[in-house]
Amino acid sequence: MPPTPPNPLALIAELTHRCPLHCVYCSNPAELVNRTQELSTEIWSRVFREAAELGVMQLDLTGGEPLARPDLAALIESARAANLYVNLITSGLPLDEARLDELIAAGLDHFQLSFQGSRESSANEVSGTKAHAQKLRVLDWLRTRRVGVTLNFVLHRNNLDQLEEMLSIAEGSSTSRVEFAHVQYYGWAFANREQLLPTREQLMRSIDFFKCAEERLRGKIRIEYVVPDYHAKYPKPCMGGWGRQAVLITPRGEAMPCHAASVIPNLSFENVTEKSLQEIWGSSEAFQKFRGEDWMQEPCKSCDRRSQDFGGCRCQAMLLTGNAAATDPVCSLSPQRTRVDAIIAAIPSASATTIQPSSPASLWLYRPNPA
Amino acid sequence: MSLDPHSRPQLAPGCRLGENQGQKVLLMPERALRLIGPSLEIVTRCDGKNSIAKIVAELQKLYSKAQPKKVEEDILGYLQLLHDQRALDFI
Repeated sequence: MPPTPPNPLALIAELTHRCPLHCVYCSNPAELVNRTQELSTEIWSRVFREAAELGVMQLDLTGGEPLARPDLAALIESARAANLYVNLITSGLPLDEARLDELIAAGLDHFQLSFQGSRESSANEVSGTKAHAQKLRVLDWLRTRRVGVTLNFVLHRNNLDQLEEMLSIAEGSSTSRVEFAHVQYYGWAFANREQLLPTREQLMRSIDFFKCAEERLRGKIRIEYVVPDYHAKYPKPCMGGWGRQAVLITPRGEAMPCHAASVIPNLSFENVTEKSLQEIWGSSEAFQKFRGEDWMQEPCKSCDRRSQDFGGCRCQAMLLTGNAAATDPVCSLSPQRTRVDAIIAAIPSASATTIQPSSPASLWLYRPNPA
Repeated sequence: MSLDPHSRPQLAPGCRLGENQGQKVLLMPERALRLIGPSLEIVTRCDGKNSIAKIVAELQKLYSKAQPKKVEEDILGYLQLLHDQRALDFI
């Protein structure tokens, strides 16, 4: 029997899959949910209350683009009424000052604005739309408003030479927190991996940059960074462990342990329209499947690190080895690490990538907008 | 950076007190700090009105069995930590 689960701390609410951007590394699944299938305001509000009762403190309102929901202010209000900390993860469009004020008045705690780069042309290429200039406008509006602000720069091989410029955007704004997040290879990013994955040399340079920035800006801007684990020695403790800290709800109500869990075959997800979050969290098959350590195979099963990284990421194991219960193959102890090494070996050399112009748009697989 | 005793600490935008299953917490982007005993006493006084000097004096009175110097050091250390995490501004 898997152990009794601890209470979750975070609820990730994918309010919609609709989005004006078409980012080539979007974490949404290949099969996107249509507008007509989206949960109502009332159901989301109930889920927020149930989450808070379970112990959840942090709510991430994400998507797709959550601003595509006309009831976003009402959702923020009901989440605050349920006692949750409300974080909006957004591209910043479509948005005007009046709506921004409406969201803040509804109780929004924190505004996380995503950037695809520091330069208009390459950022717009990655998002498949003209979004960059609007993001800079939103950043300017935020300067005079009292709400937490984080800038999130998504990093990959083609924008790693823009780190200085990205940091300048942050320093010229009112933000107190910047996330530099290397792309993680799931969803659309997995499909476009060949063009996104940085070289080891680029990665090491970026880590040096983050460390210097952290030191220089201490007390002014908090720097956080996420590295791509293909280059790591040990896997990441994905989601803080399967079914241990977080629960994600898709736009149509399926409760999942993470963004990518739908890549695991024969795993069925229960729906919040049919059951309470308590029941789903506590006993549904999807959450129980990789809880605890009973499911582990060697070398995880007898590894000292198993309580730190929980065997890494189940979805990555599935995507790269075809077996969701295998050790995450990015782990240097995995017998299948050679698969990851082969992927890394195929990356064009750093000198070749830095002088190359960005890839022709025709090479990208863009994420579409669902109906 | 050394802290000015006359400055007044205030929770930064995006940070606020909250409650989780009967316990006070400091909520901030992507994380929460449990507040117990002295940390709760300090954070509830970070309202932009109390100066650091006043917070120190009040807590020295509240924890009168502890050495006053030690109480002061602990408070300054904690305020600095919260400031570095960008949970606190000094006005």
